[in-house]
Amino acid sequence: MTATTSHEAAAVVRVRIPSPLRSYTGESEVLVAVPVLAPELPPTVSGVLAALNVNYPGIRFRMVDEQGNVRPHIKLFVDSDVTRDLASPIPSGATLMIVAALSGG
Amino acid sequence: MAKSSAATRPAATRRTRLLVATRKGLWTLTSDVARNGWRLAGPQFLGHTIHHAVVDPRNGKTMLMAARTGHLGPTVFRSTDNGRTWKEATRPPAFAADSGRVVDHTFWLTPGHASEPSTWYAGTSPQGLFRSNDGGATWEGVNGFNAHPQRKTWCGGDQDGTPDGAKLHSILVDPRDAAHLYIAMSSGGVFESPDGGEHWWPLNKGVRADFLPENPPPEFGHDPHCVQFAGGLPDRLYQQNHCGIYRLDRPNDVWQDIGANMPKSVGYVGFPIAAHPRDPDTLWVLPMDGTTVWPRTSPGGRPAVYRSRDGGRTWKRQDQGLPKSQSWWTVKRQAMSLDGRDPTGLYFGTTSGEVWASRDEGRSFRSIARHLPEIYSVEATSI
Repeated sequence: MTATTSHEAAAVVRVRIPSPLRSYTGESEVLVAVPVLAPELPPTVSGVLAALNVNYPGIRFRMVDEQGNVRPHIKLFVDSDVTRDLASPIPSGATLMIVAALSGG
Repeated sequence: MAKSSAATRPAATRRTRLLVATRKGLWTLTSDVARNGWRLAGPQFLGHTIHHAVVDPRNGKTMLMAARTGHLGPTVFRSTDNGRTWKEATRPPAFAADSGRVVDHTFWLTPGHASEPSTWYAGTSPQGLFRSNDGGATWEGVNGFNAHPQRKTWCGGDQDGTPDGAKLHSILVDPRDAAHLYIAMSSGGVFESPDGGEHWWPLNKGVRADFLPENPPPEFGHDPHCVQFAGGLPDRLYQQNHCGIYRLDRPNDVWQDIGANMPKSVGYVGFPIAAHPRDPDTLWVLPMDGTTVWPRTSPGGRPAVYRSRDGGRTWKRQDQGLPKSQSWWTVKRQAMSLDGRDPTGLYFGTTSGEVWASRDEGRSFRSIARHLPEIYSVEATSI
């Protein structure tokens, strides 16, 4: 599931969007193309969120603070693995699931 | 034919609009000409925590709203069509990436000087000061404050401060000088800048800080709850503080205690303070219980507004129409507002989700909305 252009390769990642963020995407699931600069440099969660922000401006800051940390009530899963590390690699064809988890009134 | 603006419309045809920002969204209350009938509209942004929603008095139709949700980070929304549609800021207030600090929420919004129609200021939790020069679309930190080497000393750590987060609020722009600013912080105190925010100094002499050692008197670290200009007299400031009610007449730099004459059974603690739009000697406070463990409810369960007509020397209780017993709500610092009409309307929203209105300068009140979520701010404008 890798799209290729004449200039660079792009990994395509499926991103599952929680309801609090659907005002940005309008969809519960979107595909994001992330540039792959070199085969030994796989895309990262950070790259996926940056690409997502290009398509849906402002969405990243709602999930990641200005110090680059995932906000407290946001969870990220690369396929079935939870991560809070934006440098985590994410292979082309994988799914990034964003979860907004909060309890209380 | 173009519709006339509120500024040009005859006073007899004006109405009042209240922006009611709550913990769960934004509502609007609009009056008839007599301010007798009210229409409630909303919610907008249901589920969003709206700390402040403000109409731009410079054009009467632009609105800014500081919002976040429980899950999502803080942002600012802007409307240029009287709140019908909203667009998110492309760069909301955020601290510098190398600062190590994170904006939890934008708490306070202030339109800039009349000569700078695209300028707005924002105060955040934890304490940060931000400015937009494009009507709220993009925001930059005011580095003269945010990066000031004494800022942390003035404010304490980001974990210090009020129970729901330390805050920068009460951003005041001198109507005679766009560069002359005041800010207040809980905690930190009141500070003044003569040059648009490049330089700052504390302005807290005469203000008690019961939670700090007394000797020597602290220069900063105080807990102002709300500061306002006196109406028509920007050389006078009124302050509702954690430890009293104060007045400052510039160029003097020592605040005078004007809370001492409040009834002892009521006390001098509260969040909001409201200054009459035209009479610099008239102001209102809304006391809360600051005894023992600080319940922060109406003293004795009997809410009342207190009005002074002599700059705080004497106070008169105003409670006609308000509950006489068993009413334990709180009114937060942005939740009391005046519409500036003649006589000025006085409005406040409660933590129990009720909006109270007086169209006769506090002589009588009636409830105009109930059962809303916890109210964080009420801003009244004449339209």
